[in-house]
Amino acid sequence: MKPSPFDPDRPALDVEGLCVDLRTPSGTVRAVDGVSFGVHRGRTLALLGESGCGKSMTALSVVGLLDPVAEVTGGAVRVGGTDTLRLSRAERRKLAGPVLSIVFQDALTALNPVQPVGRQLGEPFRIHRGFSRRRAEEEAVRLMTRVGIPEPRLRARAYPHQFSGGMRQRLLIAMAVALDPDVLIADEPTTALDVTVQAQIMRLLRDLQTERDMAVVLITHDLAVVAQRADDVVVMYAGTVVENGTVREVFSHPRHPYTKGLLDSVPEDAVRGRPLPAVPGSPPDLSAVPSGCVFQDRCPLVRERCVRERPPLRSVGASRSAACHFSEELHRV
Amino acid sequence: MTDRIEPPSAADTPPAPRPPRWWLLLGRDRLAAVASAVLTLVVLVALSGRLFIGDRAQRQDLRASLRPPSLDHGVYGLLGTDVLGRSVLARLVDAAGTTLSVAVPAVLCSLVIGSALGLWAGYHGGVRESVTMRVADVILSFPSLLIAVVVLYVFAPSAMNIVLILAVTRVPVYLRTARAESAELRSRLFVDAARTFGTPSRKIIYWHVLPIVLPTLLTVATLDFCFVMLTESSLSFLGIGIQPPDVSWGLMVAQGRQYLGTAWWIAVLPGVAIVLTTVSATVLAAWARLATDPAQRWRLTLPRKRRGATAVPTEMIQ
Amino acid sequence: MSETPATETSATGTPAPGTSATGTSVPGRRFDGRADAPPLLEVAGVTKTFGHGRRRLTALDGVDLRLRGGETLGLVGESGCGKSTLARVLLGLERPDAGTVRFDGTDPFTLRGKALLAWRRRVQMVFQDPFASLNARMSAADLIGEPWRTHRDVVPTAQARERRVRELLSLVGLRESDAHRYPDEFSGGQRQRIGIARALALDPDLIVCDEPVSALDLSVQAQVLNVLSELRERLGVSYVFISHDLSVVRYVADRVTVMYLGKVVEHGRTEDVFDRPLHPYTAALMSAAPVLDASRAAEDAEIRLRGEIPSPYDIPSGCRFRTRCWQAEDRCADLAPPAVSRADAGDPGRPGQPHAALCHFPLAGEQS
Repeated sequence: MKPSPFDPDRPALDVEGLCVDLRTPSGTVRAVDGVSFGVHRGRTLALLGESGCGKSMTALSVVGLLDPVAEVTGGAVRVGGTDTLRLSRAERRKLAGPVLSIVFQDALTALNPVQPVGRQLGEPFRIHRGFSRRRAEEEAVRLMTRVGIPEPRLRARAYPHQFSGGMRQRLLIAMAVALDPDVLIADEPTTALDVTVQAQIMRLLRDLQTERDMAVVLITHDLAVVAQRADDVVVMYAGTVVENGTVREVFSHPRHPYTKGLLDSVPEDAVRGRPLPAVPGSPPDLSAVPSGCVFQDRCPLVRERCVRERPPLRSVGASRSAACHFSEELHRV
Repeated sequence: MTDRIEPPSAADTPPAPRPPRWWLLLGRDRLAAVASAVLTLVVLVALSGRLFIGDRAQRQDLRASLRPPSLDHGVYGLLGTDVLGRSVLARLVDAAGTTLSVAVPAVLCSLVIGSALGLWAGYHGGVRESVTMRVADVILSFPSLLIAVVVLYVFAPSAMNIVLILAVTRVPVYLRTARAESAELRSRLFVDAARTFGTPSRKIIYWHVLPIVLPTLLTVATLDFCFVMLTESSLSFLGIGIQPPDVSWGLMVAQGRQYLGTAWWIAVLPGVAIVLTTVSATVLAAWARLATDPAQRWRLTLPRKRRGATAVPTEMIQ
Repeated sequence: MSETPATETSATGTPAPGTSATGTSVPGRRFDGRADAPPLLEVAGVTKTFGHGRRRLTALDGVDLRLRGGETLGLVGESGCGKSTLARVLLGLERPDAGTVRFDGTDPFTLRGKALLAWRRRVQMVFQDPFASLNARMSAADLIGEPWRTHRDVVPTAQARERRVRELLSLVGLRESDAHRYPDEFSGGQRQRIGIARALALDPDLIVCDEPVSALDLSVQAQVLNVLSELRERLGVSYVFISHDLSVVRYVADRVTVMYLGKVVEHGRTEDVFDRPLHPYTAALMSAAPVLDASRAAEDAEIRLRGEIPSPYDIPSGCRFRTRCWQAEDRCADLAPPAVSRADAGDPGRPGQPHAALCHFPLAGEQS
């Protein structure tokens, strides 16, 4: 089922210059504008950004689940060397599961409420491997054991609403890793969960990743989750990538004022009674993204050049880059 | 996740645009404009039509019996004549007044009573809700036509009694709708917010619940308008509704049925009048529903075709 | 394990012997109340259940809280711990089955008519969801002025009302020209500012904030937190600040109350609770929360909790945390845990509010 053997140097998932247009009430807007990144097996890449920055849209275009109002207008999504954007619907369906899969945020709506979970978990095996119903359900029970659901044989006959939020998320993860994908995309997998449960789910994801040598794309707005969980980070703002690099470097020495602003506004080390260093304003409306730098309206470093020309994503060190005309100034600060 | 595309007006642009005037919006929506024109015409005819036609709605002329619609017999021959040679046009105009004077008060009464009770019951819940809903169930469990027949048989079949009986039998329809929506709105955060200000419950219902439920109720009412007109015609057909020589659209349909094969215009034209009126009311109600909602109002500035398609993004883009 | 020298057993609510006598004095930062001043808000033994029989849900079980004027009390817990129900009780939206709420000495649940309205002015709320808590059909000015429709005498004339709306808008950092916009035209952060302005319209003494920033983006969250703390400085309002985000609570709260399944399991000064937690749940909560500073997140020190929060329909006997606690023994299942407090911590100037927890085997020493 899997495409030709991997070139070890080639990323498992390689997204290049992805553009997504979105039809909205006020006309067509560009929701994702030239986003590129690559993830190798065994690595975790975080797509970090605030609501409306296009991170989820990027993930959905990678797995081909974009809503009809959105349309991929450019770029390439290469999984193991094949550009999935050029594949037919049927060919792409063959990739979903054994090669590429996704874990959604909301486990309750992502599961079918009127089917026992055992049958739902067995479905990938029946579709992609042609297993019999009995054998597929055996596999489902095995998966449920793996993701830590107690009494899996009994619980396989239960329906999604009979599980707690954390358990449902485990089921979704089980479903996503069922066919041993090379690339796993996790779209805010723990946002809806309590802190203590969130930690358990994150641990499960990490264990599965090591065990199966997957490339993981983690989509999140939570800086702390990125800090603890990811190897590389891509910071997105208003549909564009403003900075990327390894988490360690980006978080310790941000080279884009937006990244710096985000890191500063975490109240973790803030002293009570002193104002938090907040980024002023709010992200631009996608229909009114400024023509120069996307961050110009909120940037402390803004000057005339930022209004005139959009800074390209350029290298600012070994394997990291930032889209700012004046990133050197940040470096000095 | 809270990802969403912000609505068109960017939050940081200084001038706050006032919502466009409603008649401008109406002008931009051709269908709604036509609907409102039709309704205005119907109401005008109902109010003042009788002044122009005199007694023509009753004047018989057996020589002119069953004339098809044509241009040869003057204005009153335009839409043909019935079996007694009476002008169908004159009778339509006359019937418009009777029909609306039964249907409008009946719909309004049931709308007001049903909505008020439903909103109250739904907002408070508990015993008040159960009792009200059981009463509604009892009314609904009787065939409304049967109640009407019994009551109108016992009492005189006057227009007033028809209105009352129609109103009572239709109350549960509004009551159930209003209760369901109100019970849902009761737990909304902005209702909680109003409660934290100490706003009394009847004012919360009036300020926060009613404006949201009203468009739905009005839509139900316009559909019910059709139903009430038809019930009235059934009652008239059974001889306990509108009494000849008075005439209503429903009665005309009923009377014209036996000539459907030979003189279609007698039954079909009043039927068309009923359909036109209700469809116009429905279109206008749908328009009003959008126009009264600030979050939806901008859609009216789009071509009709695109409204459905653009309804998707705001909620679904994640 | 129970031989922890720093802790001692005492009855709930009563000051632990020696608490007030020992310890170094902490400079009273912005507390305006003296140590012996009566608290602004005092909640004692509040219990609230919903439903009947087997479908009986215990949302609150004997909750105690105290808040002094000018202070911010952080309320921490996960879903189902009852913090939102508690907020609704504080606002008088739910009536407790047992226990008392005293606001400045009076029980709001005994008030009627004018007196009740007068009390309502003093306690207001900021809601979690800035989308659902604003009626989308009302403009910003109408929303902010909504409380005045009931409290007509606060701002009597239309002119004064307009002026006050403008004042409130600028107080929360919005433009005066925003007054005639509708909620849909604002971003999440701006809506939450409208919600805050509305809560301020009646000039309250206490604002209950139910997860006020958890629906907001990080960069906007900081702005709203700044607005809230600025208001405290300028207007002297007190907050009950409910959140599941520990870093936010640590930043805003003077004292912290940790809840688990309807019960307060630990309370004390923010520094005490965060740096030296007594209750295993508090420690686990803090360990589970991801932190930015990678060096602080030592993998080995991470406390791994078993399972998930039990259903509030079926609360475990004895200590309700025992099903997930790594220290649990037979005793925890049989006996309700005693109140323990730490003598060397707490706030010397404030007897009756020591750093205390409900646990058979409280944790000792510093948590790194």
